[in-house]
Amino acid sequence: MTLSNTIPITDELIASHGLKPDEYQRILDLIGREPSFTELGIFSAMWNEHCSYKSSKKWLKTLPTSGPRVIQGPGENAGVVDIGDGQAVVFKMESHNHPSYIEPYQGAATGVGGILRDVFTMGARPIAAMNALRFGAPDHHKTQHLVAGVVAGVGGYGNSFGVPTVGGEVEFDPSYNGNCLVNAFAAGLADSDKIFLSQAKGVGLPVVYLGAKTGRDGVGGATMASAEFDDDIEEKRPTVQVGDPFTEKCLLEACLELMKTGAVIAIQDMGAAGLTCSAVEMGAKGDLGIELDLDAVPVREERMSAYEMMLSESQERMLMVLRPEKEEEAEAIFRKWGLDFAIVGKTTDDLRFRVLHQGEEVANLPIKELGDEAPEYDRPWVESPKAALPDFSALPAIDPADALLKLVGSANLSSRRWVWEQYDTLIQGNSLQRPGGDAGVVRVEGHETKALAFSSDVTPRYVEADPYEGGKQAVAECWRNLCATGALPLAATDNLNFGNPERPEIMGQLVGAIKGIGEACRALDFPIVSGNVSLYNETNGKAIMPTPTIGGVGLIDDWAKMARIGFAAEGDAILLVCASNMWGTHLAQSAYMRDMHERRDGPPPPVDLAHERKAGEFVRDAIRDGRITACHDLSDGGLAVAVAEMAMASGIGAAISLPMPTNPTPVLFGEDQGRYLLTVPRADKELLREIIDEGAARGLVVAWIGETGGSELKLPGTRAISVQELKARHESWFPEFMD
Amino acid sequence: MKSAVILLPGLNRDRDMIAALTKIGGTAPLTVWQTDTEIPDVDLIVIPGGFSYGDYLRCGAIAARMPVMRAVAEKAAKGVTVMGVCNGFQILLEAGLLPGALMRNASLKFVCREVKLEIANAETRFTSRYEKGQVIRCPIAHHDGNYFADEATLARIEGEGQVAFRYGEGTNPNGSLNDIAGIVNAEGNVLGMMPHPENLIEDAHGGTDGRALFEAALGRAA
Repeated sequence: MTLSNTIPITDELIASHGLKPDEYQRILDLIGREPSFTELGIFSAMWNEHCSYKSSKKWLKTLPTSGPRVIQGPGENAGVVDIGDGQAVVFKMESHNHPSYIEPYQGAATGVGGILRDVFTMGARPIAAMNALRFGAPDHHKTQHLVAGVVAGVGGYGNSFGVPTVGGEVEFDPSYNGNCLVNAFAAGLADSDKIFLSQAKGVGLPVVYLGAKTGRDGVGGATMASAEFDDDIEEKRPTVQVGDPFTEKCLLEACLELMKTGAVIAIQDMGAAGLTCSAVEMGAKGDLGIELDLDAVPVREERMSAYEMMLSESQERMLMVLRPEKEEEAEAIFRKWGLDFAIVGKTTDDLRFRVLHQGEEVANLPIKELGDEAPEYDRPWVESPKAALPDFSALPAIDPADALLKLVGSANLSSRRWVWEQYDTLIQGNSLQRPGGDAGVVRVEGHETKALAFSSDVTPRYVEADPYEGGKQAVAECWRNLCATGALPLAATDNLNFGNPERPEIMGQLVGAIKGIGEACRALDFPIVSGNVSLYNETNGKAIMPTPTIGGVGLIDDWAKMARIGFAAEGDAILLVCASNMWGTHLAQSAYMRDMHERRDGPPPPVDLAHERKAGEFVRDAIRDGRITACHDLSDGGLAVAVAEMAMASGIGAAISLPMPTNPTPVLFGEDQGRYLLTVPRADKELLREIIDEGAARGLVVAWIGETGGSELKLPGTRAISVQELKARHESWFPEFMD
Repeated sequence: MKSAVILLPGLNRDRDMIAALTKIGGTAPLTVWQTDTEIPDVDLIVIPGGFSYGDYLRCGAIAARMPVMRAVAEKAAKGVTVMGVCNGFQILLEAGLLPGALMRNASLKFVCREVKLEIANAETRFTSRYEKGQVIRCPIAHHDGNYFADEATLARIEGEGQVAFRYGEGTNPNGSLNDIAGIVNAEGNVLGMMPHPENLIEDAHGGTDGRALFEAALGRAA
């Protein structure tokens, strides 16, 4: 059956559309009458949190979004940053958390599909993808099922579409038991003077629908959960969309081919709220009205109502405004790729959003107000309480070798090979660094020496303990990972995953994290050019750990000099770059305290942004001058885990001969920030001296702490561990958990 | 030495293959679209990897029935060198140009990693620049690479030296019978293989072990 447009608008229906009474009153004030059923659906789609950012907008505005290289900041499908030589990198990160929890394979797959579409809508060919995934405790009954489904879904879509997955994160924590996080990042390459935007221009021009047909998938969910529809709900398709990477690949090729012809005036992909959101955005941005004739929309199901068509989230669809004289050429390209092409409306000069269906006008709304007049809240918030530094002096002693073996083989620090071997990491033939290093690196096709580095980072336990410091740290770690390859960090995208913002303590986390992110981005010249906010990640009143994922992009001038984490040779000196007071002192909130002592108390390590910048620039310069042989930043697990990772990546051992205080634990496992490990050939005494002196001249400590060689890792004050044993532990956790 | 690459919707390693042929052969290959019924005069025809037609129905099944594949079969019958990689291998099997079948990986998962390839027969026009028994590195990336053939067929291709490549040193990633990674037809002019030599031909790839395969196929064609 179809849904009539004359369904009475009751309080329950309004509530089931996620609209509060005062929001509904705002609608009445705006249009001066009761909305039709379809109009109510349109308002709920445009005014929900996802499309309107009503809780976060006030704070998002405080983030730095511009810079000398920024061509397009937030507000379009993706951010655009100049990389020189007439080229630009186009990128964004977006969450698909709720759908992935309900239907892991399709939820994750369509998350990847959505972000790829955002990138090629701008005229860029996708060249790299990453995925930041967070799941509940490994022993929670849903975790294994979610990991299997999400990883297969990410791979199933990305592999078929043909983009290399070069990085990402996988983390487990009980706070995600009821809400897994799937944050998908994609980046593409475009000519910087051929970026396509969503702003419609010109009156009376055809609005064209392209791609896959419209079905009932994606209609429903929150907006359809009304008692009056109980009978219908059984007939509805599941609310999670179904992805078709084959169609998306064809859509990519058709769009890029079409863009070359000069036919495209404006383009917008149909993502959340499908036809509604894309049409309103194109019109509102261009100060134009849009008239849609739903009878012309290609559909794959019979008797779809206007409401369903306007709210369908069927995948792999695009809306464009085309030059009329190029219509025929455009249609031929789409037919060649076996895709639908239909003129479904036109631009008008009356600033109205009008929708016609079977001879009836089912919606007639002011287009600017639909977008611009969305509610915006200054939600009450409370600052998260600061924790005092705990006294760890009475901790039971653990042998450092035992601790290291346990950490490298733990749920959160073990190898993610099981995951990334299900992703095509080398398609396109440009992957220079695949997952497992500090950042993924992809060569810029057609350029002799240039490459782009990508990293995705956040340490949610730090953000939970102190949202401001944690927000700073997420940015700093991403920036650090890019520097560790030798890349100049250019810009970032943020994917803010939080609980219910109507709770002041959760809102306080969001506010604190955004302040910290903004502070770090300003200090490091690392603007936020795109992003996404996912709120209400809660189950039974228990929120996830605040998780503001940062996806960063850096530029490498000459990839031949890029650094990797694996030791390059035996007999290299190992240097620790740090600040004089950050040798390794901070154990609170470390992976060591969590995994060895089940302690989650205290503040996270503070981030000194001035030091961070100095250290990053020093390391980057050393790499770019070709003076070092390997580089790795220190993060989860501190110095011991970082050295172990460098050894495992190469199979070469190392001996660390740090002068130890009485308690070696904080030095080996503390997570003080702003630190890197570098290696330099030991035989080159002059170079070694030069690097240490130069670090000192820049106000850094560059400490010679050991040497590579042999097949064992020897930490001070404990037994030697063979690299083989470390590797066996590191590689075994994931397969044992999953297979 | 002229070459052509077959283009079908859903293939996605076409650009990798075109880059490899261009870099090694010195000139860009021609491209032939799914609906073309004729293939220009070339010495080497390559069907690249990907997910033609979304791998719907069965990997390679729809592609094998497209007009362009009739043209490939005609060229193959005339002795033109034909090579299918990954999805291209699956298509050649579905088209009946090579014996056997490729099933879902034994792990039931997509797998992308580097494996070892042993040259099982160095006397084909694809492997002549390797030594028999030589072990090379090569990446793989597939979901359906588990080679299977009935006993009689397996005995025949083994007996006739039609196995060109085997997964070596215990690196069989998919459960293929006899570790088979690539085979040629009885006439020796059609090769199908699951691994991706086109992704290991330059320093940026971390190695050049795949080059000799293209040099042989193109050289022979010259």
